[in-house]
Amino acid sequence: MSEDGKLTGTFFMNGDTACAEGAIAAGCRFFAGYPITPATEVAERMSERLPHVGGVYIQMEDEIASMAAVLGASWAGKKAMTSTSGPGFSLMMENLGLGVMLETPCVLVNIQRAGPSTGLPTLSGQGDMMQARWGSHGSYEIIALAPSSPQEIFDLTIEAFNLSEKYRVPVLIMSDESVGHMSEKVVVNEIPRGHLVKRRRPAKKPGEYLPYEADSSLVPPMAVAGEGYRFHVTGLTHDEKGYPVMTAEAQDKLVRRLVDKIRLNRKDIVRYEEIGIEDAEVVVCAYGITSRIARMAVQQARDSGIKAGLLRLITVWPFAEDRIRELADRVKAFVVPEINYGQIVFEVERCAAGKAKSILVPHMGGSVHLPQTIVKAIEEAVR
Amino acid sequence: MTTTAPNHKNTIDAFLRLDRMPHIWCQGCGIGPAVSCFIRAIQRAELDADKIALISGIGCSGRAAGYVRLDSFHTTHGRALPFATGLKLGNPELNVVVFSGDGDIVAIGGNHLIHSARRNIDMTVICINNLNYGMTGGQVGPTTPLDARTSTTRYGNYEHPFNVPYIVAASGASYVARWTVLHARQLERSIAEAMTKPGFSFIEVMAPCPTLYGRMNKQGKGMDTMHVYQERSVVRNGADPKDVAIEPDSPIIVGKFVDIDRPTFWDRYTKMVEKANKG
Repeated sequence: MSEDGKLTGTFFMNGDTACAEGAIAAGCRFFAGYPITPATEVAERMSERLPHVGGVYIQMEDEIASMAAVLGASWAGKKAMTSTSGPGFSLMMENLGLGVMLETPCVLVNIQRAGPSTGLPTLSGQGDMMQARWGSHGSYEIIALAPSSPQEIFDLTIEAFNLSEKYRVPVLIMSDESVGHMSEKVVVNEIPRGHLVKRRRPAKKPGEYLPYEADSSLVPPMAVAGEGYRFHVTGLTHDEKGYPVMTAEAQDKLVRRLVDKIRLNRKDIVRYEEIGIEDAEVVVCAYGITSRIARMAVQQARDSGIKAGLLRLITVWPFAEDRIRELADRVKAFVVPEINYGQIVFEVERCAAGKAKSILVPHMGGSVHLPQTIVKAIEEAVR
Repeated sequence: MTTTAPNHKNTIDAFLRLDRMPHIWCQGCGIGPAVSCFIRAIQRAELDADKIALISGIGCSGRAAGYVRLDSFHTTHGRALPFATGLKLGNPELNVVVFSGDGDIVAIGGNHLIHSARRNIDMTVICINNLNYGMTGGQVGPTTPLDARTSTTRYGNYEHPFNVPYIVAASGASYVARWTVLHARQLERSIAEAMTKPGFSFIEVMAPCPTLYGRMNKQGKGMDTMHVYQERSVVRNGADPKDVAIEPDSPIIVGKFVDIDRPTFWDRYTKMVEKANKG
């Protein structure tokens, strides 16, 4: 570690720790959280690291407060993050909505465990994928990333901060206990110049600046507290001034923009990885830890002569719907293994629109799929 | 250092978002006078208004943030304090003020209240207590006196209320006071004092709600409640907070109850950072 607290080199690191290091590398200087298995190590690492880089760590009284504090810190100009797991994620939904409404850049990490409720605190799950999309009330769009290794959680945490600053939206890292707690090689390189996205600042002077006046990008520049802008922001439906307006017209204008700034930019946001897709008859669509088992299954299927491919979702929200639609025109089936009883499979099914079969390979949580379970589903799909 | 408009006819106007008037508060409501005291306190203490951030939660009092021309945040119900905590720790140069109601701060935000006081976060909380939930139509709250009628206690309140200054003091606040909106001068001075004092400062402000609480409890108009404040208030600076509970027909004890020096969160945090970086 260098004198200014920068960490570079090659490490053997677990996913939670790599996530914290990614945040530090991205310039995150505020963390508020509450202990919860299996995400606690993210907070622990942040509490250890932030004092060395001029940052603030605070352990709040609950996850509601953690999310609120993260929003507050972002409005003070800091890059801010929190981390949690299922039960805490539920509590954060309230202020996640406020984050969306106030258009507050920040990162929320969910190291998923198996639910519902307290469920299996120490064991893996992927049951919060739809909650990530729809968990707070009202119509909105969110960005969610699903890393599949400690290296990727490091890289995607940096990416999450970049996306949140660019689109002024909370970005979710939807990892899982398996990735959070596995230790692997993590290479931390110096971040290239210009790689970190800087928050767009107001070009107008105080008095002229309107907090929610957006250009064609649909993302308004952001002032922060203490700069003399004397702005107002509210969780109520508001106009460009940030003032509450209780009409269907104001609601229409605001909600459309909040949704469209993500939806219309999905080509810029959506990321996925493909393996053996070119000639595939059956495509396994997977994310997080499950995508690593899916990769083995696809290889095994290939070895036995089945034209199988892998579509690994890196962004889960916004959904890679354009790609699924294209593939649905030429493949027989999608096989969707996930550690829940069917969530992302419904998105695949929606986009496939009956042109290709969508086959769920569920796992109720507590461990991960066996490769042969997925292989069997691939075999049945081409039969 | 201040950005007040000295030649303005009404100096308070410079601090109001006049383009948002008329406000939503009822005739005779006590929230407006408390906002005036807050603004005059900023002027009295000659604070740099550009460095003040005002945070509200939800409810009638929660609308204050929207009417005062400062960097202002109208957040979620009960969460003004943790939001303000993040804001303050994100930029310790800010003078952070939470202005919200008793339902917001003491009921749904009660856990955040005690923990903010415990940490001694350097901020000022102005908690308007109108003894009920106004915005939603006058329901019982954690400050509603025993036997009082509200829209959800038609036969009288059967729950014990909180003695708010007592909890806040016990939780570790550096400064605790209570005034009614009738005590305009004292309240203004108290807010100015709180805003210039390091640590967690809490001021409970008793305010009439003639439309709901007042009507249901046959208290007449807002002015009649002000008369009640005049008759029943007793100034007792330094009173033990455990003795200041608001009971039906008993005196309303007002004054400054706590004014102590205790290291703030930031004092302790920066010390820890020094230690961490030495090691």
